[in-house]
Amino acid sequence: MSANLTLILTASFLIGCGVYLILERSLSRVLVGLLMMGNGVNLLFMVSAGPAGKPPIIGSAPTDDMTDPLPQALVLTAVVIALGTTAFLLAMAHRSWQLNGNDDVQDDVEDAAIRRLAATDDVSDSHELAHEATAEDLATDEVYEEEGAEQ
Amino acid sequence: MLALVIAHFAIAPLAPALVRFVGRRVFLALAVVPAATLAWALVQTSAIHDGETFTETISWLPSLDFDLSLQMGTLQWLMVLIVSGIGVLVMAYCAWYFDRDDPSVARFSGIFVAFAGAMLGLVLSDDLLLLYVFWELTTVFSYLLIGHDPARRASRLAATQALIVTTFGGLAMLVGVLLLGAVGDTHRASELLADPPSGTAATVAVLLVLAGALSKSALFPFHFWLPGAMAAPTPVSAYLHAASMVKAGVFLVALLAPGFAGVPGWHATVLGLGVLTMLLGGWRALRQFDIKLLLAYGTVSQLGFLLVVFSIGTRAAALAGLGMLVAHALFKATLFLVVGIVDRSTGTRDLRELSGLARRMPVVFATAVVGAASMAGLPPLLGFVGKESVFGSLLDVARASDGDGSGLPAYAGWLVLAGIVLGSVLTMAYTLRFMWGAFATKPNVAPIDSRPVAAGFAFAPVVLAVLTVVLGFSGTAMTHQFDGYLHQFPEGAHHAELALWHGLGLPLLFSAVVVGLGVWMFLKRQVVAQLQALTSSTLSMERFYRASMRGIDRVAVEITGTTQRGSVAAYLTFILLVLLALPGTAMVIGFPSDIDVIAWDTPAQALVGVIMVLAAIYTVRSRRRLRAVLLVGVTGYGTAMLFLLHGAPDLALTQVLVETTSLVVFVLVLRRLPGHFTDRPLTRQRWFRMALGAAVGVAVAGFMILSTNARTADPVSEAYPEPALAYGGGHNIVSVILLDIRAWDTMGEISVLVAAATGVASLIFLDTRLSGIRRVREIPYPSTVTKLTTTPGLRTWLAGPRTLTPDRRSIIFEVVTRLMFHTMVVLSIYLLFAGHNHVGGGFAAGMVTGLALMVRYLAGGRYELDEAAPVDAGMLMGTGLFVATAAALAPLAFGGAVLQSAQIDFHLGVLGDPHVVTSMFFDIGVYLVVVGLILDLLRTFGARLDRQILREERATADASAGGVRL
Repeated sequence: MSANLTLILTASFLIGCGVYLILERSLSRVLVGLLMMGNGVNLLFMVSAGPAGKPPIIGSAPTDDMTDPLPQALVLTAVVIALGTTAFLLAMAHRSWQLNGNDDVQDDVEDAAIRRLAATDDVSDSHELAHEATAEDLATDEVYEEEGAEQ
Repeated sequence: MLALVIAHFAIAPLAPALVRFVGRRVFLALAVVPAATLAWALVQTSAIHDGETFTETISWLPSLDFDLSLQMGTLQWLMVLIVSGIGVLVMAYCAWYFDRDDPSVARFSGIFVAFAGAMLGLVLSDDLLLLYVFWELTTVFSYLLIGHDPARRASRLAATQALIVTTFGGLAMLVGVLLLGAVGDTHRASELLADPPSGTAATVAVLLVLAGALSKSALFPFHFWLPGAMAAPTPVSAYLHAASMVKAGVFLVALLAPGFAGVPGWHATVLGLGVLTMLLGGWRALRQFDIKLLLAYGTVSQLGFLLVVFSIGTRAAALAGLGMLVAHALFKATLFLVVGIVDRSTGTRDLRELSGLARRMPVVFATAVVGAASMAGLPPLLGFVGKESVFGSLLDVARASDGDGSGLPAYAGWLVLAGIVLGSVLTMAYTLRFMWGAFATKPNVAPIDSRPVAAGFAFAPVVLAVLTVVLGFSGTAMTHQFDGYLHQFPEGAHHAELALWHGLGLPLLFSAVVVGLGVWMFLKRQVVAQLQALTSSTLSMERFYRASMRGIDRVAVEITGTTQRGSVAAYLTFILLVLLALPGTAMVIGFPSDIDVIAWDTPAQALVGVIMVLAAIYTVRSRRRLRAVLLVGVTGYGTAMLFLLHGAPDLALTQVLVETTSLVVFVLVLRRLPGHFTDRPLTRQRWFRMALGAAVGVAVAGFMILSTNARTADPVSEAYPEPALAYGGGHNIVSVILLDIRAWDTMGEISVLVAAATGVASLIFLDTRLSGIRRVREIPYPSTVTKLTTTPGLRTWLAGPRTLTPDRRSIIFEVVTRLMFHTMVVLSIYLLFAGHNHVGGGFAAGMVTGLALMVRYLAGGRYELDEAAPVDAGMLMGTGLFVATAAALAPLAFGGAVLQSAQIDFHLGVLGDPHVVTSMFFDIGVYLVVVGLILDLLRTFGARLDRQILREERATADASAGGVRL
C-alpha cells in the first residue's frame, strides 16, 4: 500500500508541535498541544485507511470506490471524546486559576517529599527498622516494661 | 487425607465467631479437628508398620503438571502424628492460657487452626509445588501469629523479620523446585526420589531447595528470626518450635536425603552450617536471662543438630534422626508450655527474678525436669536414646569404609562428631541454666509470688512428659515402626536400633563426658559469663539483616527520588525518549530501501496541509491564549477538510461541529484566565523541547511510511458493506459500525462523556450538581424600572435578553437566533433519523442541537438558555444513558444478543412505509447524552461563570463606592 506523503507530513508536523506544547507547564498550552496532536493522530488514521475514495455509503457509489469505513468510525469516537477531554482540562485549568492565580501544572507534593528524603539521606516513612535495636533487645526490654507496669 | 486438611481450613474461619460467642474454652472444641487427624493417623499405625504408603491424587492443573497429590509414608506419618498430636495439646492449653476477656483471641484461634492445617498439608504433600503452596501458607500464618499484638512494635518487627527471611528462602526453594521439575520431568517427591536426576542443574536445584529448608529451620545465617519470633504468645512458640514451621525444614531435608544426600555441596552446606548453628545457638542460650529466649536459642541449636543428623544419609543416622525428631518435639513442647505456665502465674520470665518455684508448683517442676533431662540427653528418657544413636551413627560414619555408605571422608565424620559432642555439652549447660533459672531457690532473690496452676493448664505438658518417659523404653518398637523410611538407605556397618542400652562403648563415654562437662560449665557459670562478655561482639546476622533492610529502603528512596520527579513534563519526556530510543532505532534499522509513496490524492490536500502547518507554527509561537486557541481551531477545521477530501463526510461533519463547540467553550473559559501565557524565557530547556518535538515528528513520519508500506493484508472492513445492509439495516457503513458492529465502543464512549461532564460540573459548581434552572417569568421585576404596558400580540423576539444590560444586547443577533433556532433543531432531528442511511447520526445530531442551544445562550444570556432548555443537564445525560442501555439490552428479551439490531417495517398509510432499525433507539440515547453534555458545558462554563463574574463586578463596584461588605 502506498503512503500519502502530504497527509503524513502534515500529521507529523502537527504531532511535533503538539509534543513541544504538551511539555509546557501552562495547562491551557498543554491542552492546545493535546488538541493539535489529536488532529495529527486522526489524520494518521486516514493514511492507514488507504487511498482517498467515495464516502462509504452504500448505493451512493460502487463498493470498490469507497474508502475504508473502519478507521472513520474509530476517529469519530476519538473526535467526540476529545471534546469531553477538552472540557475537563479546561475546567481543571479554571479551577487551578481560581486556587493559585495561574493554570500551571504543579509538581506532585508526595514526590517532592520523597525527593527531600533522598536529599537528606533518610529512610521512607514506612521503614520501621531505623532504630538499631534488635528484636532480642526489644524482647528483653519488654520483660522489664511489663514488670514495671505491674509495680 | 485431603479431607482432613480441608477440615482445618473449613473450621478456621468459623473459629473466631465461636470464640467470641462461647469464650476461650472453645479451643477444646477446636482441638477436635487435629484430634481427628491424630486418631486417623494412629489407626494407620500397623499399616505403616507393614510398609504401606497412602496416596491421594486429584488432577488440578494438568497443563502445568501440577496435581493435588498427597502421600503418606513413614516419615509423613510421623510428622502427621507430631503436627496433630502437639496441635491438640497446644490448643487444649490455649483454653487456659489466654485471659478470659482478651479480644485478640478470636482472631488468633482462626489463624492457629489454619496454620495447623497448612502444616498438615505441607507434610502430606507429594507434589513439591503443592508443598511449596503450603510452605508459604505456613509462612503467612506464622507472620500473623507472631504479630499477634500488632500494637507492639517488637511484635510487628519480629513478624516482618520472620516473614522476610522465610519468604526469601521460600522463593529460592520455588526456583529449586521448578528447576528440579524441569530436570526430573516431574514435581512428585516420590518419583524424584525413585529416580533422582543428576548433573549441574539438579545440583543447583537441590541447593536452592536446601536454602528454603535452612531458612525455615532457622539455620545460620537465617537463625535470628526464630528468637525474634518469641514475640508470639507462648502456645504459638511451643507449636512453632516443637511441631511445625521450623520442623518443615527438617522434614524437607529428611524427605530428600534418601535421594539427594550425595549431591555435591549437600553435606558441606548442611553439616557445616548445622554444626555451626548448634554451637552458636547453645552459646547464645547460655547468656539469656529470659527463659523463653533461652529456650528459643536452644531450639536454634537443636535444629542445627537435627539437620546434621538427617542430612548424613546413612540408615543409622536416619534412625537416630527420627528418634531425635520425636524426642525434640516432645521435650521442646513440654518446656515451652512450662514457660507459659510460669509466665502466666508469676508475670515474669526473667530468671533473675524467678526464685523458689520448684516448691510452689511441684507438678510443673516435675514435668519440666523430665523435659529438661530429655533435652540434655539423660537416661532413661527418649532424648538419651536419640543422642546415643546419633553418637553411634556418627562413629560409624567416621570409622566404617566410605563413611558408612554416605561417602563422607573419615575426618569429616570425626569433625562432625566433635562438633556434636561440644554442642551437647552446651545443651547440658543451658538446660541446667534453664532449670536453675526457672525453678531454683536463689539465695539473694526473694521467692516470687505465683498464682495457683489450674489442672487443665498443666495437663498438656504432663502428657508430653509422660510420653517422653514411655517412648524412652520403647526403642525397639519404634525402630521397627520406622522401617519404611529406613529402607530407603543402604544397610550400614552395624545394625542400628533405638535402645536405652547400647552396651559399654564410645557413645556411652561421650554421653558421660557431655554430662560431666555440662555440669562443670554450669557450676563455673561466672567464668562462662566473663567469657561471654569477652567474646560478645556487635556483629550479628540480625544487625546485618537490619542494615540490609535499611539499605534497601534507602536505595528505594534514592531511586524514587531520582526517577519520580513529580513533574508531568519530565515523565512525558522520558516516555518520548524511550519511544525514540527503542521503536525509533528499530525503525531506522528496518527502514526499507524502496518505499512506495505518493505525494497526494488530490492537490487540494497539499493546499490544506500547508495552511495547517502554518497555523501550527503560529500556534506554537503565540503568546496569547485566545490566538493560540483560534489557530489550533484552524488546524481542526483543516483536519475536517482533509477528512472530506478523503471521502469521510461523517467525520468531517462531526469534526466541524466539535471544533466549533470547543472554540465556544474555550472562549467561555478564557474570559476568566489571563490574556497571555505565563512568560518563560527561551532557555536551553526550550531548545531541548523543540528538538524533542522535531525528533518525535520525524519518527512518527517514519513509522507511518514504514507501517503503510509493510501492509499486505486486505482491510477487515472490505467484508462490511454486505452485512451492513443485511444485518445492520443501514446504508451508511460508518453508522452501522458505530451502532452495531462496534457498538460496545460507542457504549463506552457515551459513558466517558457522562463522566467528563460530571467532572466538569464538579470542578465548576463545586458543591452541587444542580444548576438551578430559573425561568424569566419567575424573576421579580426590578422595582426601580418602570414597567411599560404591553398590548396583547406585541411580543419580543427572545424572552431572555431582557435580563441583560442594554449594552450587552444585540438585536440583530436576537432576531437571527429567533429565526435559526427551530431550523437547526429540525435539521438535527433529520440528521438523527437519516444518519443510518446518509451522513449524520446521533453524535452529529446531538452536536447540532447543542449548537442551537449555544446560539440561544450567546444571544440571550443564561436565562435564555433556561428558556430554551428548562431541563437539568445531568437528567438529560442520565436519560440518554438509560435509553442507550435499554436499547442495548432489549434484544435479550427477544432471545437476541446484547446490542443486536432488528429491522421493522410497517405501514402508515399516506405517511409512507417507514423502515425502522432498532439500533435507532440506541442512537437516540447517544443523541440525548451529547445534547446533555453540551448543555452541561453551557451551564457550567457559561451560566455559572457569568454569575461568578457578575458577583465579582458587584463586589468591586461596592468597594469603589466606599462600602465594604462584611
